[in-house]
Amino acid sequence: MSDERVLVKVEHLKKYFDTPRGKLHAVDDVSFEIRKGTTLGVVGESGCGKSTLGRAVLGMNPATEGHVRYNGKDITHQSHREFKESRRQMQMIFQDPYSSIDPKKTVSEIIAEPLKIQKIYKSRKDLDARVIELMEMVGLDLIYMNTYPHELDGGRRQRIGIARALALKPEFIVCDEPVSALDVSIQAQILNMMMDFQDELHLTYMFITHDLSVVKHISDEIMVLYLGTVVERAPSDELFEHPTHPYTKALLDAIPVPELSYHGVEPQLLKGEVTSPINPPQGCRFAKRCPYVTKACTENMQELREISPNHFVACCQFGK
Amino acid sequence: MGEKLLEIKDLSVRYTTDGVIAHAVNHVNLELDKGEILGIVGETGAGKTTTALGILNLLPRYTAQTDGEILFNGVNVLRASEKEMQKIRGEHISMIFQDPMTSLNPVYTVGDQIGRVVKIHNKEKGKEFVEQRVDEILNLVGIPAERKVEYPFNFSGGMKQRIMIAIALACNPELLIADEPTTALDVTIQAQVISMMRSLQRELGTAVILITHDLGLVANFCDKVAVMYSGEIIESGAIEQIFDSTNPHHPYVVGLFGSIPKITRKTKRLTPIEGLMPNPASLPEGCKFHPRCPYCMDICKTEEPEAVIVNDHLIKCHRCVRKEEA
Ligand SMILES: Nc1ncnc2c1ncn2[C@@H]1O[C@H](COP(=O)(O)OP(=O)(O)O)[C@@H](O)[C@H]1O
Ligand SMILES: Nc1ncnc2c1ncn2[C@@H]1O[C@H](COP(=O)(O)OP(=O)(O)O)[C@@H](O)[C@H]1O
Ligand SMILES: [Mg+2]
Ligand SMILES: [Mg+2]
Repeated sequence: MSDERVLVKVEHLKKYFDTPRGKLHAVDDVSFEIRKGTTLGVVGESGCGKSTLGRAVLGMNPATEGHVRYNGKDITHQSHREFKESRRQMQMIFQDPYSSIDPKKTVSEIIAEPLKIQKIYKSRKDLDARVIELMEMVGLDLIYMNTYPHELDGGRRQRIGIARALALKPEFIVCDEPVSALDVSIQAQILNMMMDFQDELHLTYMFITHDLSVVKHISDEIMVLYLGTVVERAPSDELFEHPTHPYTKALLDAIPVPELSYHGVEPQLLKGEVTSPINPPQGCRFAKRCPYVTKACTENMQELREISPNHFVACCQFGK
Repeated sequence: MGEKLLEIKDLSVRYTTDGVIAHAVNHVNLELDKGEILGIVGETGAGKTTTALGILNLLPRYTAQTDGEILFNGVNVLRASEKEMQKIRGEHISMIFQDPMTSLNPVYTVGDQIGRVVKIHNKEKGKEFVEQRVDEILNLVGIPAERKVEYPFNFSGGMKQRIMIAIALACNPELLIADEPTTALDVTIQAQVISMMRSLQRELGTAVILITHDLGLVANFCDKVAVMYSGEIIESGAIEQIFDSTNPHHPYVVGLFGSIPKITRKTKRLTPIEGLMPNPASLPEGCKFHPRCPYCMDICKTEEPEAVIVNDHLIKCHRCVRKEEA
């Protein structure tokens, strides 16, 4: 915590949901740090808790247990006023910004909204000038100012989402699958833009995605989630060079690589069923699908161990 | 050369809505042999789904107008009677749609829905066989067989998609058209699905048309590829031709490859294609890619390029023609 380069520090964070069938462990004892100006990529299959974790880090839904520290300050349980205050520094970009905005508002109204809520500008003129500046930053033609988002394509809609997130000049942005719904040519435009903003505006990202080639491209460090738990965390290159957890290996193995040498290559398939996140059994969450499962795997919860500098693995079989 | 299963000849499809005409598919030619796997690649709106719906003669009757021919086993499906088409759709061609939510019946259990299809295709077999096959198929797509008694609303989007795939596979079709079947699935599940399609293709000789925007899937699974842009096939060929960067390529194809982050190499910056695909209701003159093309020449703005085919590798680009002459 003394490390002043750490912007976000998450300690033993848990988020459980009550469901008719029992407690759903969406995020279960997750700890990590994000250093200023870097990108932590969060990968894992749908339903593994990525979005819940992202929201919990921002305090958008209160954690069940554990702590989130931002710039050293505990922000886990904030008052409404503190939450509003923190939104100046912490923002979120969604997969489909359309789902999180009022469809009856025009593009310029959507971008202006956070500025209005925080009462940043006294005069209408200053507000408009900032909206124009933001639209230009994200490459949105000003002819779309009075357009409604549903009239625009996915790429432009995501540019609106980014402009809105940048409006308050935040330091930290949780990006929740921001390019997952876009065609690759548009995805590349958005990724380049986000990486440029990171350099120019010194942003820190938590970048959530299920796309491993995207996460490798954008991240300094990568954290692999499986059913609410961290199975592996390592610097990006290290993770791809030395994947160690059986789940990480299966995941990397399953990526279809657009190269001829991968023609006809059959990845090692995972068998077995996915464990339910509701009242999960003790032990490793991946045990049911793991080809290397032993008795020890199902008896004890797996602790993250550092197997080489900054490379952490939660597996009792591998990485010793 | 294998036996020809499907032949699309000069297919064009126009949609008319409120007097506006969208040129969704323009002069497409495609061939598929029995047992062959074709990938159709292209971004949203390129005309992939429209082409697939044409093969099943499922285009909206009043708003879609077609020209050209689609021959399936020699029968022009565009002129076939509804009765003939029902037979073809029921027994010879299966399609996995992009959106599985609309295709499952909410009032039957998923086991019943899969079982019904299994029964149709195995009329002589008993109840036990059907049940066993249903369990097998569900397991194949990663859903515990005991959940067959549940109704569609109990399943997540990804699971519903897997159930649709299970139903399509239960038909043992001659041609399987899979329209972005794994787009919403996780890679480990995607790998299972592709493996299922592959074994179907190997064991039963099913021909497959895989519609996708994932060049990785194409490289892994397909024998040949057609790249669509603005309703046209702008490049097509064997997988070895398309994925060999030393071959000449359409600038759009070069742009697609430049847009994908590389998993095997370090790329500092992606080289995307700037701009957007044009609206099919107001397509540009000349080459439809010219407004986004970094190599655009004067001729590209006025004259539509001819498709040039060398060893079955087709490219539709003025620049590539120039290169060959030079
Ligand atoms: N508000 C909620 N109430 C109950 N369960 C939820 C809620 N939000 C998410 N979940 C469950 O928590 C788990 C993690 O969901 P989510 O964080 O959305 O995963 P991801 O973003 O990785 O796909 C899932 O099993 C999901 O069904
Ligand atoms: N039923 C329809 N009515 C009018 N236009 C349509 C219809 N279906 C598709 N289109 C238009 O035709 C073009 C091609 O669409 P589609 O075949 O769905 O492309 P793809 O599957 O490659 O994304 C798009 O511009 C789309 O908007
Ligand atoms: Mg999510
Ligand atoms: Mg489509």
